[in-house]
Amino acid sequence: MILLGKNLDELEALVRAEEMPSYTGMQLARWLYGSEAASFAEMSNLSKQSRTVLENKYQTGFSEHVKVSVSADGTRKYLFPTGGGRFIETAFMPEARRNTLCLSTQVGCKMGCLFCMTARQGFQANLSAGEIVNQLRSLPERNRVTNIVYMGMGEPFDNTEEVLKSLEILTAPWGFAISPKKITVSTIGLIPGMIQFLEKTRCNLAISLHSPFDEERRKLMPVQHVYPIRDVIRELIRTDAGRQRKISFEYILFRGINDSDGHIREMARLLNKLPCRVNLMRFHPVPNAPLEGADEASLVRFRDALNAKGIIATIRQSRGIDIEAACGLLSTKAMLSK
Amino acid sequence: MQIQSELNFKPYPISNIQHLNSNSYLLSFQRDFDFHAGQILALKIADADTPRYYSIASGINDPQIDILFNVKPGSTFSPRLAGLVPGDLLQVSSPAGMFLGTAGPDIWIAAGTGIAPFRSMMRSGLSNGKILLQGASAPESLYFAEEFRAALGEAYVPCLSRHSQPGIFHGRVTDYLRQLDQIDTEKTHYLCGSAEMVVDTRDILTERGVPFGKVLAEVYF
Ligand SMILES: Cc1cc2nc3c(=O)[nH]c(=O)nc-3n(C[C@H](O)[C@H](O)[C@H](O)COP(=O)(O)OP(=O)(O)OC[C@H]3O[C@@H](n4cnc5c(N)ncnc54)[C@H](O)[C@@H]3O)c2cc1C
Ligand code: SF4
Repeated sequence: MILLGKNLDELEALVRAEEMPSYTGMQLARWLYGSEAASFAEMSNLSKQSRTVLENKYQTGFSEHVKVSVSADGTRKYLFPTGGGRFIETAFMPEARRNTLCLSTQVGCKMGCLFCMTARQGFQANLSAGEIVNQLRSLPERNRVTNIVYMGMGEPFDNTEEVLKSLEILTAPWGFAISPKKITVSTIGLIPGMIQFLEKTRCNLAISLHSPFDEERRKLMPVQHVYPIRDVIRELIRTDAGRQRKISFEYILFRGINDSDGHIREMARLLNKLPCRVNLMRFHPVPNAPLEGADEASLVRFRDALNAKGIIATIRQSRGIDIEAACGLLSTKAMLSK
Repeated sequence: MQIQSELNFKPYPISNIQHLNSNSYLLSFQRDFDFHAGQILALKIADADTPRYYSIASGINDPQIDILFNVKPGSTFSPRLAGLVPGDLLQVSSPAGMFLGTAGPDIWIAAGTGIAPFRSMMRSGLSNGKILLQGASAPESLYFAEEFRAALGEAYVPCLSRHSQPGIFHGRVTDYLRQLDQIDTEKTHYLCGSAEMVVDTRDILTERGVPFGKVLAEVYF
């Protein structure tokens, strides 16, 4: 049995079942999430007897990366192995004032967004909470990470239970003790999982918008047939979510598709009752996607027009373009080469 | 469309549950609500269940609602659904979803249980001028094949990926599309099934010149 991914209650239940002293649960949590120890043998304040039991019956679950690609801008993209010979990607993005880690939550994805490389892998598996937090625990730069975003492979709210558990471990004082204000979960808007997330965490939320128009969004993101963005926003307003955490909307600007004045007006109408901001993103073409990114001038015009309408908009810096930054590209290649 | 926090569930007694093949079932109950062809329902068995979505597979004038579903290995809800018997209560939401049928000359492409919304559209009088590609691994998974053949004639194109059978294309719907000399780039293509099928099919269509705005997909996530 793997211990990484267990919360304090589960670790305490486990040490009780093994007839270890009750404080061993907390000690184990500290070793798993708040230390550099690579094995049970290094967990020096556990009794020898406890360590022997753990070594014989359990695994830590720490799993090193198998590949790293380094971009000219300093972004490092790691490939971590998961069960069944599959791979996931984790990106570490150092900047002047913060260092952001981008985590995956699934191997592949079921959501089929038109512009996404991960969608082209199909869905293969949900990651366990342990596999999610391992992307931080086994990261060479783990002590330099200041911010975490759940924006890698997969839709977090299609794996809600494990994602919520990973957030508990990342934010708990017995876990990694990261402030929820430093964590952002990005979703395309699966409402049931989003409601659970809003109820159970204080972390920030990012929603992939990409079009304010129902018909157009349905063609870019099939999820719009089931959870229209209007309903997602109504749910956020109903729960007053925008006052309890930062809410942002991700918007990839596609040339000639979603970059018109009409889009700006409709976005302003859609978002005007919700305290939020918009992150405009450049599109990095993925094979077969029939879309082109808008140029810099359009990005700037779009940002300024949104700002003029009272919606705070910024242009997100692209990272790691030279190392196949499009989410899912690296792991798709690893999978195809197997 | 009702939003998630407002989805109202109401119990309906199951009138019939038919075992179609080793892992597929057709479940029915009498309805007292209207819906649009192509819509979905959220289903629960116990109050505490996380609802799962299913396409309505019956027509807007049928007295009953049909749900076509299969049981996936390792899954949790569908095996319980398959264990229900007539008289058992099913919690059913109000109809939802926007993957709606039109009267236009569209092209329908489905795989597996993804055929369900197209059966609803066909039984709702929307099959005129349609072409249907239906993919399945084996003949017993070409659900409603006889009904579609009767309604669409030559415009019904079944594809079997793991069996060869006279008169039926051998391969997936994507193989069928690849070997076509020409693909209609004017008509709207409606796709329904797994994400993998939808993404592969959409890629082929857009590569062959269909504007992405003419491809609409319902993904069974
Ligand atoms: C629009 C739409 C229409 C569909 N129509 C059909 C259809 O007509 N026929 C058909 O066979 N299938 C259909 N499906 C798929 C169906 O909803 C189920 O996903 C499928 O039957 C497998 O369900 P399961 O419960 O057996 O599998 P499971 O593996 O138990 O669950 C499947 C999915 O349910 C969600 N889930 C499970 N547990 C939880 C939880 N605790 N919290 C939150 N989410 C959870 C997850 O997204 C999970 O991936 C449709 C799906 C969608 C989105
Ligand atoms: S954009 Fe996100 S939700 Fe959409 S297919 Fe890609 S990984 Fe999945």
